[in-house]
Amino acid sequence: MRDTVMESAQDCIASILTARSLGFAAGGQVLLQGIDVDIAKGKRTLIMGANGAGKSLFLRLLHGLLPPSFGTVRWHGERPAKRAQAMVFQRPVMLRRSVIANLRFALRVQGLGWRAREAGAREALEMAHLTEKARQPARLLSGGEQQRLAVARALVCDPEILFLDEPTSSLDPASTQMIEDLVNAAHARGVTVVMVTHDQGQARRMGDSVIFLHAGRLAEEGPRDQVLDAPRSEAARAWMAGRLYTRNDF
Amino acid sequence: MAEAFGLILRWDRELSVIVMLSLQVTLSAVALACLIGLPLGALVGAFRFPGRGVITVLLNALMGLPPVVVGLFVYLMLSAAGPLGVLGLLYTPTAMIIAQTILVTPIIAALTKQVVEDLHGEYAEQFASFGVTARTRVAALLWDARYSLLTVALAGFGRAVAEVGAVLIVGGNINHVTRVMTTTIALETSKGNLQLALALGVLLLGLAVVVNAGVMALRVSAVRAAYA
Ligand SMILES: Nc1ncnc2c1ncn2[C@@H]1O[C@H](COP(=O)(O)OP(=O)(O)OP(=O)(O)O)[C@@H](O)[C@H]1O
Ligand SMILES: [Mg+2]
Repeated sequence: MRDTVMESAQDCIASILTARSLGFAAGGQVLLQGIDVDIAKGKRTLIMGANGAGKSLFLRLLHGLLPPSFGTVRWHGERPAKRAQAMVFQRPVMLRRSVIANLRFALRVQGLGWRAREAGAREALEMAHLTEKARQPARLLSGGEQQRLAVARALVCDPEILFLDEPTSSLDPASTQMIEDLVNAAHARGVTVVMVTHDQGQARRMGDSVIFLHAGRLAEEGPRDQVLDAPRSEAARAWMAGRLYTRNDF
Repeated sequence: MAEAFGLILRWDRELSVIVMLSLQVTLSAVALACLIGLPLGALVGAFRFPGRGVITVLLNALMGLPPVVVGLFVYLMLSAAGPLGVLGLLYTPTAMIIAQTILVTPIIAALTKQVVEDLHGEYAEQFASFGVTARTRVAALLWDARYSLLTVALAGFGRAVAEVGAVLIVGGNINHVTRVMTTTIALETSKGNLQLALALGVLLLGLAVVVNAGVMALRVSAVRAAYA
Protein backbone atom coordinates (compact mmCIF):
# COMPACT_ATOMS: atom_id res chain seq x y z
CA MET A 1 0.00 0.00 0.00
CA ARG A 2 2.83 2.33 0.91
CA ASP A 3 4.47 1.62 -2.41
CA THR A 4 1.39 2.58 -4.30
CA VAL A 5 1.17 5.83 -2.46
CA MET A 6 4.80 6.68 -3.21
CA GLU A 7 4.47 5.61 -6.77
CA SER A 8 1.56 7.89 -7.39
CA ALA A 9 2.92 10.75 -5.34
CA GLN A 10 2.89 12.84 -8.47
CA ASP A 11 -0.82 12.20 -8.92
CA CYS A 12 -1.57 12.83 -5.28
CA ILE A 13 -0.86 16.49 -5.57
CA ALA A 14 -3.35 16.95 -8.36
CA SER A 15 -5.91 14.24 -7.83
CA ILE A 16 -8.30 13.73 -4.97
CA LEU A 17 -9.67 10.39 -6.07
CA THR A 18 -8.17 7.67 -8.23
CA ALA A 19 -9.83 4.61 -9.68
CA ARG A 20 -7.61 1.74 -10.72
CA SER A 21 -8.88 -1.20 -12.79
CA LEU A 22 -12.23 -0.40 -11.31
CA GLY A 23 -15.07 -2.77 -12.16
CA PHE A 24 -18.40 -3.96 -10.99
CA ALA A 25 -20.30 -7.15 -11.63
CA ALA A 26 -23.78 -8.16 -10.55
CA GLY A 27 -26.00 -11.07 -11.39
CA GLY A 28 -23.20 -12.77 -13.33
CA GLN A 29 -22.83 -9.76 -15.60
CA VAL A 30 -19.86 -7.45 -15.76
CA LEU A 31 -21.41 -4.01 -15.83
CA LEU A 32 -18.30 -1.91 -15.49
CA GLN A 33 -14.67 -2.87 -16.04
CA GLY A 34 -11.11 -1.72 -16.32
CA ILE A 35 -11.64 1.90 -15.44
CA ASP A 36 -8.58 3.95 -14.60
CA VAL A 37 -9.20 7.59 -13.90
CA ASP A 38 -7.88 10.37 -11.70
CA ILE A 39 -10.35 12.90 -10.43
CA ALA A 40 -8.54 16.22 -10.32
CA LYS A 41 -8.80 18.11 -7.08
CA GLY A 42 -10.80 21.30 -7.23
CA LYS A 43 -11.81 20.67 -10.84
CA ARG A 44 -15.08 19.82 -12.50
CA THR A 45 -15.07 16.41 -14.10
CA LEU A 46 -18.03 15.58 -16.29
CA ILE A 47 -19.07 12.03 -17.06
CA MET A 48 -20.86 11.35 -20.32
CA GLY A 49 -22.12 8.31 -22.16
CA ALA A 50 -25.27 6.65 -23.42
CA ASN A 51 -28.09 5.30 -21.27
CA GLY A 52 -26.92 2.20 -19.50
CA ALA A 53 -23.25 2.94 -20.14
CA GLY A 54 -22.63 2.67 -16.40
CA LYS A 55 -22.41 6.31 -15.41
CA SER A 56 -24.57 6.08 -12.31
CA LEU A 57 -22.85 2.87 -11.31
CA PHE A 58 -19.46 4.52 -11.70
CA LEU A 59 -20.57 7.43 -9.55
CA ARG A 60 -21.84 5.06 -6.84
CA LEU A 61 -18.51 3.24 -6.81
CA LEU A 62 -16.57 6.49 -6.54
CA HIS A 63 -18.84 7.69 -3.76
CA GLY A 64 -18.42 4.41 -1.92
CA LEU A 65 -22.06 3.38 -1.96
CA LEU A 66 -21.15 0.12 -3.68
CA PRO A 67 -18.08 -2.00 -3.03
CA PRO A 68 -16.09 -2.50 -6.25
CA SER A 69 -16.02 -6.04 -7.62
CA PHE A 70 -12.62 -5.37 -9.14
CA GLY A 71 -9.96 -2.76 -8.63
CA THR A 72 -9.85 0.08 -6.16
CA VAL A 73 -11.03 3.58 -5.46
CA ARG A 74 -8.47 5.52 -3.52
CA TRP A 75 -9.08 8.79 -1.78
CA HIS A 76 -6.35 11.39 -1.36
CA GLY A 77 -8.25 14.01 0.60
CA GLU A 78 -7.16 15.58 3.84
CA ARG A 79 -10.37 14.34 5.38
CA PRO A 80 -10.73 10.77 4.33
CA ALA A 81 -13.95 10.58 6.31
CA LYS A 82 -16.97 9.40 4.42
CA ARG A 83 -18.85 12.60 4.98
CA ALA A 84 -16.37 14.74 3.14
CA GLN A 85 -18.33 13.76 0.06
CA ALA A 86 -21.94 14.22 -0.91
CA MET A 87 -24.10 13.05 -3.77
CA VAL A 88 -27.14 14.26 -5.62
CA PHE A 89 -28.93 11.25 -7.04
CA GLN A 90 -30.47 10.92 -10.47
CA ARG A 91 -33.84 10.72 -8.75
CA PRO A 92 -33.59 12.97 -5.71
CA VAL A 93 -34.68 11.40 -2.43
CA MET A 94 -36.70 13.90 -0.44
CA LEU A 95 -37.31 13.07 3.19
CA ARG A 96 -40.98 13.21 4.16
CA ARG A 97 -40.48 16.51 5.85
CA SER A 98 -40.59 20.17 5.07
CA VAL A 99 -37.98 21.76 2.86
CA ILE A 100 -36.13 23.32 5.76
CA ALA A 101 -36.34 20.11 7.79
CA ASN A 102 -34.57 18.30 4.95
CA LEU A 103 -31.72 20.77 5.25
CA ARG A 104 -31.71 20.61 9.04
CA PHE A 105 -31.44 16.85 8.89
CA ALA A 106 -28.32 16.97 6.72
CA LEU A 107 -26.83 19.53 9.08
CA ARG A 108 -27.61 17.46 12.12
CA VAL A 109 -25.91 14.46 10.56
CA GLN A 110 -22.80 16.68 10.42
CA GLY A 111 -23.09 16.99 14.17
CA LEU A 112 -23.85 20.70 14.17
CA GLY A 113 -25.61 22.36 17.07
CA TRP A 114 -29.02 23.96 16.90
CA ARG A 115 -27.81 27.48 16.19
CA ALA A 116 -25.45 26.42 13.42
CA ARG A 117 -28.18 24.25 11.94
CA GLU A 118 -30.68 27.09 11.77
CA ALA A 119 -28.13 29.46 10.27
CA GLY A 120 -26.92 26.88 7.79
CA ALA A 121 -30.42 25.93 6.72
CA ARG A 122 -31.41 29.57 6.20
CA GLU A 123 -28.33 30.26 4.15
CA ALA A 124 -28.88 27.16 2.01
CA LEU A 125 -32.53 28.13 1.42
CA GLU A 126 -31.47 31.49 0.16
CA MET A 127 -28.77 30.05 -2.03
CA ALA A 128 -31.27 27.66 -3.61
CA HIS A 129 -33.96 30.35 -3.94
CA LEU A 130 -36.29 28.30 -1.78
CA THR A 131 -36.78 30.64 1.17
CA GLU A 132 -40.45 31.07 0.35
CA LYS A 133 -40.96 27.33 0.27
CA ALA A 134 -39.20 26.64 3.56
CA ARG A 135 -42.24 25.23 5.35
CA GLN A 136 -43.64 23.33 2.38
CA PRO A 137 -43.40 19.54 2.29
CA ALA A 138 -40.32 18.75 0.24
CA ARG A 139 -42.14 16.13 -1.82
CA LEU A 140 -44.63 18.67 -3.10
CA LEU A 141 -41.91 20.78 -4.70
CA SER A 142 -41.65 20.81 -8.49
CA GLY A 143 -38.98 18.68 -10.11
CA GLY A 144 -36.66 21.62 -10.55
CA GLU A 145 -37.17 22.81 -6.98
CA GLN A 146 -36.50 19.31 -5.68
CA GLN A 147 -33.24 19.20 -7.60
CA ARG A 148 -32.27 22.58 -6.21
CA LEU A 149 -33.05 21.39 -2.70
CA ALA A 150 -31.08 18.19 -3.31
CA VAL A 151 -28.04 20.18 -4.42
CA ALA A 152 -28.36 22.61 -1.52
CA ARG A 153 -28.78 19.71 0.90
CA ALA A 154 -25.67 18.04 -0.47
CA LEU A 155 -23.73 21.28 -0.16
CA VAL A 156 -24.62 21.88 3.48
CA CYS A 157 -22.77 18.63 4.15
CA ASP A 158 -19.64 20.68 3.40
CA PRO A 159 -18.21 18.11 1.00
CA GLU A 160 -14.75 18.06 -0.49
CA ILE A 161 -16.22 16.25 -3.45
CA LEU A 162 -19.71 16.75 -4.78
CA PHE A 163 -21.13 14.01 -7.01
CA LEU A 164 -24.12 14.86 -9.16
CA ASP A 165 -26.01 12.38 -11.32
CA GLU A 166 -27.71 14.23 -14.17
CA PRO A 167 -29.08 16.96 -11.90
CA THR A 168 -30.55 18.93 -14.78
CA SER A 169 -31.72 16.21 -17.13
CA SER A 170 -35.41 17.10 -16.99
CA LEU A 171 -35.19 20.79 -16.16
CA ASP A 172 -35.92 23.86 -18.20
CA PRO A 173 -33.14 26.35 -19.01
CA ALA A 174 -33.91 28.64 -16.06
CA SER A 175 -33.81 25.79 -13.54
CA THR A 176 -30.72 24.36 -15.20
CA GLN A 177 -29.08 27.74 -14.83
CA MET A 178 -29.86 27.84 -11.11
CA ILE A 179 -28.40 24.38 -10.57
CA GLU A 180 -25.29 25.24 -12.55
CA ASP A 181 -24.90 28.43 -10.52
CA LEU A 182 -25.07 26.43 -7.28
CA VAL A 183 -22.52 23.93 -8.52
CA ASN A 184 -20.22 26.61 -9.89
CA ALA A 185 -20.38 28.55 -6.63
CA ALA A 186 -19.32 25.40 -4.79
CA HIS A 187 -16.54 24.86 -7.30
CA ALA A 188 -15.38 28.42 -6.74
CA ARG A 189 -15.10 27.63 -3.04
CA GLY A 190 -12.79 24.75 -3.89
CA VAL A 191 -15.21 21.84 -3.99
CA THR A 192 -14.29 19.11 -6.45
CA VAL A 193 -17.22 18.39 -8.75
CA VAL A 194 -17.96 15.10 -10.47
CA MET A 195 -21.10 15.32 -12.54
CA VAL A 196 -22.91 13.09 -15.00
CA THR A 197 -24.54 14.85 -17.92
CA HIS A 198 -26.18 14.05 -21.22
CA ASP A 199 -25.94 17.59 -22.38
CA GLN A 200 -23.00 18.64 -24.55
CA GLY A 201 -23.78 22.28 -23.96
CA GLN A 202 -23.54 21.73 -20.24
CA ALA A 203 -20.30 19.82 -20.66
CA ARG A 204 -18.91 22.74 -22.60
CA ARG A 205 -20.09 25.28 -20.04
CA MET A 206 -19.02 23.45 -16.93
CA GLY A 207 -16.51 20.74 -17.72
CA ASP A 208 -12.84 21.07 -16.97
CA SER A 209 -12.36 17.51 -18.10
CA VAL A 210 -14.66 14.88 -19.53
CA ILE A 211 -14.87 11.14 -18.99
CA PHE A 212 -16.73 9.23 -21.67
CA LEU A 213 -18.09 5.79 -20.84
CA HIS A 214 -19.31 3.24 -23.33
CA ALA A 215 -20.85 -0.12 -22.48
CA GLY A 216 -19.23 -0.28 -19.07
CA ARG A 217 -15.78 0.74 -20.24
CA LEU A 218 -13.82 3.93 -20.29
CA ALA A 219 -13.98 5.01 -23.91
CA GLU A 220 -12.15 8.25 -23.50
CA GLU A 221 -10.93 10.72 -20.95
CA GLY A 222 -9.26 14.09 -21.23
CA PRO A 223 -9.58 17.87 -21.17
CA ARG A 224 -13.01 19.09 -22.18
CA ASP A 225 -12.13 20.57 -25.56
CA GLN A 226 -10.24 17.52 -26.62
CA VAL A 227 -13.02 15.07 -25.79
CA LEU A 228 -15.80 17.25 -27.10
CA ASP A 229 -14.14 18.61 -30.23
CA ALA A 230 -11.63 15.96 -31.20
CA PRO A 231 -12.76 12.68 -29.71
CA ARG A 232 -10.55 9.75 -30.50
CA SER A 233 -12.89 6.92 -29.57
CA GLU A 234 -15.58 5.78 -31.97
CA ALA A 235 -18.28 5.96 -29.31
CA ALA A 236 -17.46 9.51 -28.24
CA ARG A 237 -17.13 10.59 -31.86
CA ALA A 238 -20.56 9.19 -32.70
CA TRP A 239 -22.08 10.79 -29.61
CA MET A 240 -20.61 14.22 -30.23
CA ALA A 241 -21.68 14.06 -33.86
CA GLY A 242 -25.19 13.28 -32.71
CA ARG A 243 -25.23 9.92 -34.48
CA LEU A 244 -27.40 7.17 -33.12
CA TYR A 245 -25.48 4.15 -31.93
CA THR A 246 -26.00 1.16 -29.67
CA ARG A 247 -23.69 -0.47 -27.17
CA ASN A 248 -22.84 -3.19 -29.69
CA ASP A 249 -21.71 -0.84 -32.41
CA PHE A 250 -18.13 -0.40 -31.28
CA MET B 1 -82.52 -1.43 22.42
CA ALA B 2 -84.09 1.80 23.61
CA GLU B 3 -83.24 0.82 27.14
CA ALA B 4 -79.68 0.20 26.13
CA PHE B 5 -79.39 3.74 24.80
CA GLY B 6 -81.10 4.95 27.94
CA LEU B 7 -78.37 3.32 29.96
CA ILE B 8 -75.70 5.05 27.94
CA LEU B 9 -77.43 8.43 28.21
CA ARG B 10 -77.86 8.09 31.96
CA TRP B 11 -74.16 7.18 32.23
CA ASP B 12 -74.22 5.85 35.75
CA ARG B 13 -71.20 5.14 37.92
CA GLU B 14 -71.35 1.46 37.15
CA LEU B 15 -70.93 2.07 33.46
CA SER B 16 -68.26 4.67 33.87
CA VAL B 17 -66.11 2.44 36.09
CA ILE B 18 -66.22 -0.32 33.48
CA VAL B 19 -65.46 1.93 30.54
CA MET B 20 -62.66 3.73 32.35
CA LEU B 21 -60.97 0.50 33.37
CA SER B 22 -61.26 -0.78 29.82
CA LEU B 23 -59.57 2.32 28.48
CA GLN B 24 -56.96 2.35 31.20
CA VAL B 25 -55.95 -1.27 30.66
CA THR B 26 -56.00 -1.09 26.88
CA LEU B 27 -54.18 2.21 26.57
CA SER B 28 -51.50 1.12 29.02
CA ALA B 29 -51.02 -2.14 27.13
CA VAL B 30 -50.84 -0.38 23.77
CA ALA B 31 -48.39 2.18 25.14
CA LEU B 32 -46.15 -0.57 26.50
CA ALA B 33 -46.45 -2.57 23.30
CA CYS B 34 -45.44 0.52 21.30
CA LEU B 35 -42.49 1.09 23.60
CA ILE B 36 -41.24 -2.40 22.79
CA GLY B 37 -42.69 -3.01 19.35
CA LEU B 38 -41.76 0.24 17.58
CA PRO B 39 -38.00 0.05 18.16
CA LEU B 40 -38.00 -3.72 17.66
CA GLY B 41 -39.89 -3.48 14.38
CA ALA B 42 -37.73 -0.57 13.25
CA LEU B 43 -34.52 -2.48 13.95
CA VAL B 44 -35.71 -5.51 12.03
CA GLY B 45 -37.02 -3.30 9.22
CA ALA B 46 -33.95 -1.10 8.83
CA PHE B 47 -31.04 -3.52 9.26
CA ARG B 48 -29.89 -6.80 7.77
CA PHE B 49 -28.40 -9.21 10.25
CA PRO B 50 -28.29 -12.96 10.73
CA GLY B 51 -31.50 -14.23 12.23
CA ARG B 52 -33.54 -11.43 10.72
CA GLY B 53 -35.68 -13.84 8.73
CA VAL B 54 -36.38 -15.97 11.76
CA ILE B 55 -37.45 -12.97 13.80
CA THR B 56 -39.72 -11.82 10.99
CA VAL B 57 -41.42 -15.20 10.71
CA LEU B 58 -41.76 -15.35 14.48
CA LEU B 59 -43.30 -11.90 14.72
CA ASN B 60 -45.74 -12.65 11.94
CA ALA B 61 -46.71 -15.93 13.57
CA LEU B 62 -47.15 -14.28 16.97
CA MET B 63 -49.50 -11.73 15.42
CA GLY B 64 -52.14 -14.42 15.39
CA LEU B 65 -51.64 -15.56 18.99
CA PRO B 66 -54.92 -16.89 20.41
CA PRO B 67 -55.81 -14.62 23.35
CA VAL B 68 -56.85 -17.51 25.58
CA VAL B 69 -53.44 -19.08 25.14
CA VAL B 70 -51.78 -15.83 26.18
CA GLY B 71 -54.21 -15.64 29.08
CA LEU B 72 -53.35 -19.14 30.15
CA PHE B 73 -49.63 -18.46 29.89
CA VAL B 74 -49.82 -15.29 31.96
CA TYR B 75 -52.11 -17.07 34.42
CA LEU B 76 -49.53 -19.84 34.90
CA MET B 77 -46.77 -17.29 35.40
CA LEU B 78 -48.70 -15.19 37.91
CA SER B 79 -50.65 -17.86 39.79
CA ALA B 80 -49.61 -18.54 43.36
CA ALA B 81 -47.63 -21.61 42.27
CA GLY B 82 -46.10 -19.84 39.27
CA PRO B 83 -42.65 -18.25 39.07
CA LEU B 84 -44.04 -14.75 39.48
CA GLY B 85 -46.70 -15.74 41.99
CA VAL B 86 -45.07 -13.84 44.85
CA LEU B 87 -45.92 -10.58 43.12
CA GLY B 88 -49.59 -11.26 43.78
CA LEU B 89 -50.63 -9.78 40.48
CA LEU B 90 -53.23 -12.32 39.44
CA TYR B 91 -56.73 -10.87 39.15
CA THR B 92 -55.48 -7.28 39.05
CA PRO B 93 -55.57 -4.76 36.22
CA THR B 94 -51.78 -5.11 36.03
CA ALA B 95 -52.15 -8.76 35.05
CA MET B 96 -54.59 -7.72 32.34
CA ILE B 97 -52.15 -5.13 31.06
CA ILE B 98 -49.38 -7.72 30.93
CA ALA B 99 -51.53 -10.17 28.98
CA GLN B 100 -52.65 -7.53 26.48
CA THR B 101 -49.14 -6.24 26.06
CA ILE B 102 -47.98 -9.72 25.11
CA LEU B 103 -50.85 -9.96 22.70
CA VAL B 104 -50.33 -6.60 21.03
CA THR B 105 -46.53 -6.27 20.93
CA PRO B 106 -46.03 -8.71 18.02
CA ILE B 107 -48.71 -6.89 16.05
CA ILE B 108 -47.06 -3.52 16.57
CA ALA B 109 -43.59 -4.93 15.87
CA ALA B 110 -44.54 -6.83 12.72
CA LEU B 111 -46.52 -3.96 11.20
CA THR B 112 -43.81 -1.47 12.16
CA LYS B 113 -41.22 -3.66 10.49
CA GLN B 114 -43.18 -3.57 7.26
CA VAL B 115 -43.73 0.19 7.32
CA VAL B 116 -40.12 0.95 8.22
CA GLU B 117 -38.74 -1.50 5.68
CA ASP B 118 -40.69 0.16 2.88
CA LEU B 119 -39.56 3.63 3.87
CA HIS B 120 -35.99 2.46 4.30
CA GLY B 121 -36.03 1.09 0.77
CA GLU B 122 -36.65 4.63 -0.32
CA TYR B 123 -34.14 6.32 2.00
CA ALA B 124 -31.32 3.75 2.17
CA GLU B 125 -28.99 5.21 -0.46
CA GLN B 126 -29.48 8.77 0.68
CA PHE B 127 -28.75 7.74 4.27
CA ALA B 128 -25.66 5.86 3.17
CA SER B 129 -24.57 8.94 1.28
CA PHE B 130 -25.13 11.16 4.33
CA GLY B 131 -23.30 8.61 6.46
CA VAL B 132 -25.98 8.57 9.15
CA THR B 133 -25.43 6.56 12.30
CA ALA B 134 -27.57 3.54 13.12
CA ARG B 135 -29.39 5.48 15.83
CA THR B 136 -30.19 8.42 13.58
CA ARG B 137 -31.39 6.03 10.93
CA VAL B 138 -33.90 4.34 13.23
CA ALA B 139 -35.05 7.61 14.74
CA ALA B 140 -35.50 9.27 11.35
CA LEU B 141 -37.37 6.32 9.89
CA LEU B 142 -39.73 6.13 12.87
CA TRP B 143 -40.32 9.86 12.76
CA ASP B 144 -40.92 10.06 9.02
CA ALA B 145 -43.25 7.06 9.15
CA ARG B 146 -45.18 8.46 12.11
CA TYR B 147 -48.51 8.74 10.33
CA SER B 148 -48.40 5.17 9.12
CA LEU B 149 -47.29 4.08 12.56
CA LEU B 150 -50.31 5.76 14.08
CA THR B 151 -52.42 3.32 12.11
CA VAL B 152 -50.24 0.53 13.43
CA ALA B 153 -50.88 1.62 17.01
CA LEU B 154 -54.56 1.79 16.18
CA ALA B 155 -54.52 -1.80 14.96
CA GLY B 156 -53.03 -2.74 18.33
CA PHE B 157 -55.66 -0.73 20.17
CA GLY B 158 -58.44 -2.39 18.21
CA ARG B 159 -57.13 -5.83 18.99
CA ALA B 160 -56.68 -5.10 22.69
CA VAL B 161 -59.92 -3.28 23.40
CA ALA B 162 -62.07 -5.93 21.75
CA GLU B 163 -60.31 -8.87 23.34
CA VAL B 164 -62.05 -11.02 26.01
CA GLY B 165 -60.27 -14.32 26.51
CA ALA B 166 -56.97 -13.22 27.99
CA VAL B 167 -58.32 -10.52 30.31
CA LEU B 168 -61.06 -12.82 31.53
CA ILE B 169 -58.56 -15.52 32.51
CA VAL B 170 -56.01 -13.28 34.23
CA GLY B 171 -58.42 -10.60 35.45
CA GLY B 172 -61.21 -12.81 36.65
CA ASN B 173 -63.95 -10.28 35.83
CA ILE B 174 -64.20 -9.06 39.41
CA ASN B 175 -66.78 -6.34 39.86
CA HIS B 176 -65.24 -2.86 40.24
CA VAL B 177 -61.74 -4.31 40.08
CA THR B 178 -61.10 -6.09 36.83
CA ARG B 179 -64.40 -5.87 35.03
CA VAL B 180 -64.00 -4.33 31.61
CA MET B 181 -66.37 -3.76 28.71
CA THR B 182 -65.82 -7.04 26.91
CA THR B 183 -65.91 -9.24 29.97
CA THR B 184 -69.02 -7.49 31.18
CA ILE B 185 -70.71 -8.08 27.86
CA ALA B 186 -69.86 -11.76 28.09
CA LEU B 187 -71.10 -12.00 31.65
CA GLU B 188 -74.29 -9.96 31.28
CA THR B 189 -75.24 -11.77 28.10
CA SER B 190 -74.93 -15.12 29.83
CA LYS B 191 -77.04 -13.77 32.68
CA GLY B 192 -79.66 -12.59 30.21
CA ASN B 193 -79.13 -8.91 31.08
CA LEU B 194 -79.09 -7.85 27.49
CA GLN B 195 -79.60 -4.11 28.02
CA LEU B 196 -76.26 -3.56 29.73
CA ALA B 197 -74.52 -5.92 27.29
CA LEU B 198 -76.02 -4.06 24.35
CA ALA B 199 -75.18 -0.67 25.81
CA LEU B 200 -71.55 -1.68 26.23
CA GLY B 201 -71.50 -3.18 22.76
CA VAL B 202 -72.74 0.08 21.29
CA LEU B 203 -70.13 2.00 23.28
CA LEU B 204 -67.38 -0.32 22.11
CA LEU B 205 -68.46 0.14 18.54
CA GLY B 206 -68.69 3.89 18.97
CA LEU B 207 -65.20 3.97 20.44
CA ALA B 208 -63.81 2.10 17.47
CA VAL B 209 -65.52 4.45 15.04
CA VAL B 210 -64.34 7.59 16.82
CA VAL B 211 -60.72 6.45 17.12
CA ASN B 212 -60.62 5.28 13.53
CA ALA B 213 -62.14 8.49 12.25
CA GLY B 214 -59.60 10.51 14.19
CA VAL B 215 -56.66 8.59 12.84
CA MET B 216 -58.06 8.69 9.35
CA ALA B 217 -58.44 12.45 9.49
CA LEU B 218 -54.82 12.74 10.58
CA ARG B 219 -53.68 10.47 7.80
CA VAL B 220 -55.62 12.33 5.16
CA SER B 221 -53.97 15.57 6.16
CA ALA B 222 -50.60 13.82 6.21
CA VAL B 223 -51.10 12.39 2.75
CA ARG B 224 -52.13 15.80 1.51
CA ALA B 225 -48.82 17.09 2.84
CA ALA B 226 -47.01 14.14 1.20
CA TYR B 227 -45.73 13.01 4.55
CA ALA B 228 -47.29 9.56 4.38
N1 LIG C 1 -27.00 -2.88 -8.54
C1 LIG C 1 -27.12 -3.33 -9.82
N2 LIG C 1 -27.34 -4.64 -10.04
C2 LIG C 1 -27.47 -5.11 -11.31
N3 LIG C 1 -27.40 -4.35 -12.39
C3 LIG C 1 -27.18 -3.04 -12.24
C4 LIG C 1 -27.04 -2.46 -10.95
N4 LIG C 1 -26.85 -1.14 -11.10
C5 LIG C 1 -26.88 -0.92 -12.42
N5 LIG C 1 -27.07 -2.04 -13.12
C6 LIG C 1 -27.07 -2.16 -14.60
O1 LIG C 1 -25.87 -1.58 -15.06
C7 LIG C 1 -26.08 -0.88 -16.26
C8 LIG C 1 -25.59 0.53 -16.12
O2 LIG C 1 -26.47 1.24 -15.26
P1 LIG C 1 -26.31 2.78 -14.90
O3 LIG C 1 -27.44 3.15 -14.03
O4 LIG C 1 -24.95 3.01 -14.39
O5 LIG C 1 -26.47 3.46 -16.32
P2 LIG C 1 -26.34 5.00 -16.68
O6 LIG C 1 -25.15 5.16 -17.53
O7 LIG C 1 -26.42 5.82 -15.45
O8 LIG C 1 -27.63 5.19 -17.57
P3 LIG C 1 -28.67 6.44 -17.62
O9 LIG C 1 -28.11 7.42 -18.55
O10 LIG C 1 -29.90 5.82 -18.18
O11 LIG C 1 -28.85 6.94 -16.23
C9 LIG C 1 -27.56 -0.97 -16.56
O12 LIG C 1 -27.73 -1.96 -17.57
C10 LIG C 1 -28.19 -1.41 -15.26
O13 LIG C 1 -29.29 -2.24 -15.50
MG1 LIG D 1 -27.77 7.03 -14.59
